[in-house]
Amino acid sequence: MSDDTRDSETEGLEGKQVSDGRSHGAEERRRVHDLWVAGTEEPDWVATATDEGAQEMLPRELDPGLAAQRGVTVVDDYGEPTGLRSDELQILNMGPQHPATHGVLRLQLELDGETILRSKPIIGYLHTGMEKTAETLSYMQGGTNVTRMDYLSPFHNELCFSLVVEQLLDVDIPPRAQAIRILMTELNRVASHLIWLATFGLDIGALSMMLYGWRERESVLDFFEKVTGLRMNHNYIRPGGVAADLPDGWETDVEGILEVVRTGLGDYEAMLNENPIFVDRTQGVGIITPAEAQAYGVTGVNARATGLDYDVRKAFPYSGIEQYEFDVPVGQHGDTFDRYLLRMEEIRQSLRIAEQVIETMPPGDYRATDRKVTPPPRRRIDESMEALIHHFKIFTAGFDVPAGEVYQAVESPRGELGMYLVSKGGPKPWRLHVRAPSFATVQALPVMMSGQLIADVIATLASVDPVLGDVDR
Amino acid sequence: MAASGGEVADDPILDAVVAVAASAKVTVTTAGPVQVVVEVGREDYPALVEAARAGGFETFIDLCAVDHLAREPRFDVVVNLLSTQHTRRLLIKVGVPNEDPSLPSISMVYPGANFYERETWDMFGIVFDGHPDLTRLLMPDEWDGHPLRKDYRIGSVPVEFKATR
Repeated sequence: MSDDTRDSETEGLEGKQVSDGRSHGAEERRRVHDLWVAGTEEPDWVATATDEGAQEMLPRELDPGLAAQRGVTVVDDYGEPTGLRSDELQILNMGPQHPATHGVLRLQLELDGETILRSKPIIGYLHTGMEKTAETLSYMQGGTNVTRMDYLSPFHNELCFSLVVEQLLDVDIPPRAQAIRILMTELNRVASHLIWLATFGLDIGALSMMLYGWRERESVLDFFEKVTGLRMNHNYIRPGGVAADLPDGWETDVEGILEVVRTGLGDYEAMLNENPIFVDRTQGVGIITPAEAQAYGVTGVNARATGLDYDVRKAFPYSGIEQYEFDVPVGQHGDTFDRYLLRMEEIRQSLRIAEQVIETMPPGDYRATDRKVTPPPRRRIDESMEALIHHFKIFTAGFDVPAGEVYQAVESPRGELGMYLVSKGGPKPWRLHVRAPSFATVQALPVMMSGQLIADVIATLASVDPVLGDVDR
Repeated sequence: MAASGGEVADDPILDAVVAVAASAKVTVTTAGPVQVVVEVGREDYPALVEAARAGGFETFIDLCAVDHLAREPRFDVVVNLLSTQHTRRLLIKVGVPNEDPSLPSISMVYPGANFYERETWDMFGIVFDGHPDLTRLLMPDEWDGHPLRKDYRIGSVPVEFKATR
């Protein structure tokens, strides 16, 4: 904390014995978060911080907010002092156990009354070292690891991982496998946006929206369960193709989803679009400008809501997505309401892609026939010594991937999900870095929230759709 | 201009980037239609990043480090920038030696680099000079060591959080 803040603190407590942490040495200094028992020596209360180290809000003069970058990148009112005395400011902790933080995100909010001056996202509560784990797992096992990162869009994680490995492997993926991948990821986008809609509704008080969103999402998850055996964390898309072919009658199932979700979308829009409470709570709330979004690396719906026309599916097409017709909706205000509209439209476009996949699903293999990469069909193992050896090698040693460094991105429901893979040969990655879309979004939250009221924090946070498993990895 | 390889000459986007950092020793590793990979020395790195920003790579995508352990320099820091206008990616690789693991911070050019540099410091112990708030991001404050380094032993760390002290 800064000197002047501390001085003003001590002035306010004249006549009392207030210990100065620095003059008495660090060992005597009481920690703010420690319990203070009445009647004992009074602790060294710190008004501008609720913790220390990485969790302390920076003094204003050191704050890395946009004020420091003025003229270089972005012009914004973020972090501007308002001429208030420091004892009029208040720090409010929100989370990590707050139900509206969608996991374990902690926000430190510096408040003037109910207005937010500055905020600081504190992350890491869900960090499980997945990038380190990835270095210890073979490429065959890697899918089980990455699928758990962004747990609302597991297929996108798997697809990104498979694509980045395949870039180095240089295997040809059969058209059917590519179409299945597109079908599953686009349906996953629908499921993810539906759960976003449900939790968003819950957070801003549209409780019925929560029930509808979860209900419709269930129809998609049922299909996932039928195809992959699991509702989440499927490990279905693997390097070389997918784990299994689609079950018989999958077209009927997908058509069922199309109908259920399309009907639902109409209902939601009838309920929300003209709803004065919903509109009041979302329009003009949580605004981010295109320049800010770019400088902060915000991608996906959150960037497109500002008017930026960047979609990885269009800019850097993957897995044959360029064969399908779909539009990328773009907003103009960069606020919460635009993000809502865009996600609704994205659901429609994803359904449109799924519909085209039903019509054009090519026949053929669902995975590459390179037996060094994908296991042989089960029935061949009983007949062929070669098949048995390949099967054994793949599931014990794994397959080798040539040395190289590659970056691959896919458009996850939250934005650009990228993976940077460094291979030095051998069956395990040397390094796998994940460029998580939520990570960049959470970082930009202070820009969206400054100058707003506390109640808008909930709406803003929910509207950018952060997944903390994705942020912390 | 120290850019190597003839393929760069016809590339106005890349030219603009490399030309601004005219004195910089920039090596173009690959110059594909969608992705350009350049390697640059530590001293020229901030100038190149600023040139890239001025040259149209306005979107900050990623910053990460790679620990090559036995190699010299030991670390690579990889900055990933994007030009939506030209639909192009620019990957900037900077070598960072083990004896002095530090690099100028680019968080004043791209505010989005702030968290990424903190994460890289946290995981690799690479110091970003000029970073306004270089503290641990994902690991607890009093964590010992930098977990993504290759010589960091897995599972051998006594875990003690401050609340238990």
